[in-house]
Amino acid sequence: MELLLLLALPIAGAALLGVIGAGRRAPEINAAFSLGTFLASCALTARVIRHGDLLLAGEQFFIDPFNVFLVTLTAFVGLTTALFSRPYMRVELDHGRLTPGRLRLYHSMYQLFMFTMLLALTTNNMGLMWVAMEGATLSTVLLVTLYRTPASLEAGWKYFILCGVGIAQALFGTILLYVAAGKVLGAQGVTALLWTHLDAVKGQLEPTVLALAFVFLLIGYGTKVGLVPLHSWLPDAHAEGPTPISAVLSGLLLNVALYAVVRSKVLVEGSLHSELPSMMLMGFGLLSVVLAALLLWRQRDIKRLFAYSSIEHMGIATFAFGMGGAIANFAALLHMTVHSLTKSSIFFTAGHAAQKSGTQVMDRIRGLITLSPTVGWGLMLGSLAILGVPPFGVFTSEFLILTTAMRTQPWAAPILLAALAVAFAGIFSKVQPMVFGETNARRLPHAPALLPVFTHLAIVLLLGLYIPPYLADWYRAAAHLIGGP
Amino acid sequence: MTHLPLDQQMLDSCAALLLLLSFAMLSQRRVVTLVNLYAVQGAVLAAATLLLAWRTGEGHLYLSAALTLALKVAFLPWLLHRLIRRLEVYWDTEPLLNVSGTMLAGLLIVVFAFALAQPIALLASTATRSAVGIAVSVVLLAFLMMITRRKAMSQVVGFLSMENGVFFGAMSASYGMPMVVELGVALDVLVAVLVLGVFFFQIRERFESLDLHHLESLKEHE
Repeated sequence: MELLLLLALPIAGAALLGVIGAGRRAPEINAAFSLGTFLASCALTARVIRHGDLLLAGEQFFIDPFNVFLVTLTAFVGLTTALFSRPYMRVELDHGRLTPGRLRLYHSMYQLFMFTMLLALTTNNMGLMWVAMEGATLSTVLLVTLYRTPASLEAGWKYFILCGVGIAQALFGTILLYVAAGKVLGAQGVTALLWTHLDAVKGQLEPTVLALAFVFLLIGYGTKVGLVPLHSWLPDAHAEGPTPISAVLSGLLLNVALYAVVRSKVLVEGSLHSELPSMMLMGFGLLSVVLAALLLWRQRDIKRLFAYSSIEHMGIATFAFGMGGAIANFAALLHMTVHSLTKSSIFFTAGHAAQKSGTQVMDRIRGLITLSPTVGWGLMLGSLAILGVPPFGVFTSEFLILTTAMRTQPWAAPILLAALAVAFAGIFSKVQPMVFGETNARRLPHAPALLPVFTHLAIVLLLGLYIPPYLADWYRAAAHLIGGP
Repeated sequence: MTHLPLDQQMLDSCAALLLLLSFAMLSQRRVVTLVNLYAVQGAVLAAATLLLAWRTGEGHLYLSAALTLALKVAFLPWLLHRLIRRLEVYWDTEPLLNVSGTMLAGLLIVVFAFALAQPIALLASTATRSAVGIAVSVVLLAFLMMITRRKAMSQVVGFLSMENGVFFGAMSASYGMPMVVELGVALDVLVAVLVLGVFFFQIRERFESLDLHHLESLKEHE
């Protein structure tokens, strides 16, 4: 019932907003649907807390500790982003960057995107997961090009083609999985793609084929995670699309793609009994961290800067999943949570800052704190949080990952530490003058929505100081499930 | 030498035809012909699915063949032709690599694909497992086509042809995917092409051309 609501509400929202999405109250309706989805996710979570894992609708849907918190997180960020986009998109409309027709497209696709994310998370069927991931690309590609500027068209095209090709590889990987499973499970039917069934027989799956499948799946979903060298769509799509979309791409899509990678890894590792999947995840992860930290320095656009930071943080989480083991997996799950919250709050403030200054070029954004202390402090605190300053939650997760790396992968620890330092200096030196200094900002016709920003940051702070016991239990259970050496 | 049953021979011929069509697409610069080749590829795919359905008696393969016929032979080519006429893009420019070079690269790719498909073919218990190598080749050749072309339209046909290859792989290795997944994939492909149609008009409205070199300004240090 909760699940039905969770998936039906965004669909209904997409349909309704497809008709009246340009109306005067459309932003509020969008937020209301997101609120409904969030409440449904809370109900689902409550049920999981009471009864444990759930298998629903003829085993087609599966909720376990690994995805339950991601479902709540996705619905929550979906809600806060809808609240943020209310004044933000009105300002864009006033500035003439949008037409009512495009606003309708935006609202409708926003809900559709939420649906695809939630479907990808809750489905037990690896094939349906693929369909949902591709659906997520398709629903956002026209949002990236919403402003119809040459740069945004280019970003949209790159996004479409790169993710399309990537996702075709993932489909091939899924087929290989199906072939290997059909051999063991016997049935040429639906069960051979159900994750729970695959997980039960993973020890008997043919290793060579699964290794091949993993390579295809990692390349496919890894493109969406933004792993270097498959990342080149990510900064463009983040910078050229409207800010709420940057926030949900960074905060949600990357997480869900990483979720798909890790689900595949669990199966492959169980079959292979070798370090191949771990090594591949660590390699891609580390490469992403290092390259993104270096490229951060060359950015001049505020949203591109934080897009590269997203690549860096996804790299950290991927690396941690690669290391495996109870602590590293725990830390990676925590990192996914806090990164998602922090990065979306940063995009919220960066969006308001860009609107106030009339540009996304960082050299021309100055002295935010003078005119609007809340936006200024929001950006400053968000940046500090994402850079891993204690006591924010990112510090906790990065600390755990680093200490585990020192113990189990001593070669990687110095590289990781150096990259984090480089990224720290890179981001801080760019954010500091934007927040302080002489102002050039102006007032906006619609008051910015800063509640989402500070709610997110408060949660991240809280997670740094205290993790609620059931959340810690989920992390632990999921960490156990993901396993690793 | 043992004689293969007739239906097996026909299936193998279909597989060979698919590979041949991939090479034809690789060398073709006329966009209209490219779309026609894609339609023929779809038709061969549908024929192979139908043969397989008849041979194995798997009900869902009939459905899948019908879906292929409707979507990949009729609807998508029709849509693409319409787009070509409306946008007036008939020719692709000289590809980044000349035709003979592309063909040579294509040959190497096929050898690589067959090596890659070896373990899969060994595992698969289907009668068509020898065709897995061809499926992988079609995917990789389509990938090569996407890399070497400049016009958006050719890249899209490459993308669709890649999907054909993946689909053929699923069929030859495991007699297709579960129906719900196949329907989902078909829906995604359909939506993808519709989105692209909209997208082309946006590009066109902005640049008055579909040449992708306009879309190369977002460089790193800008």
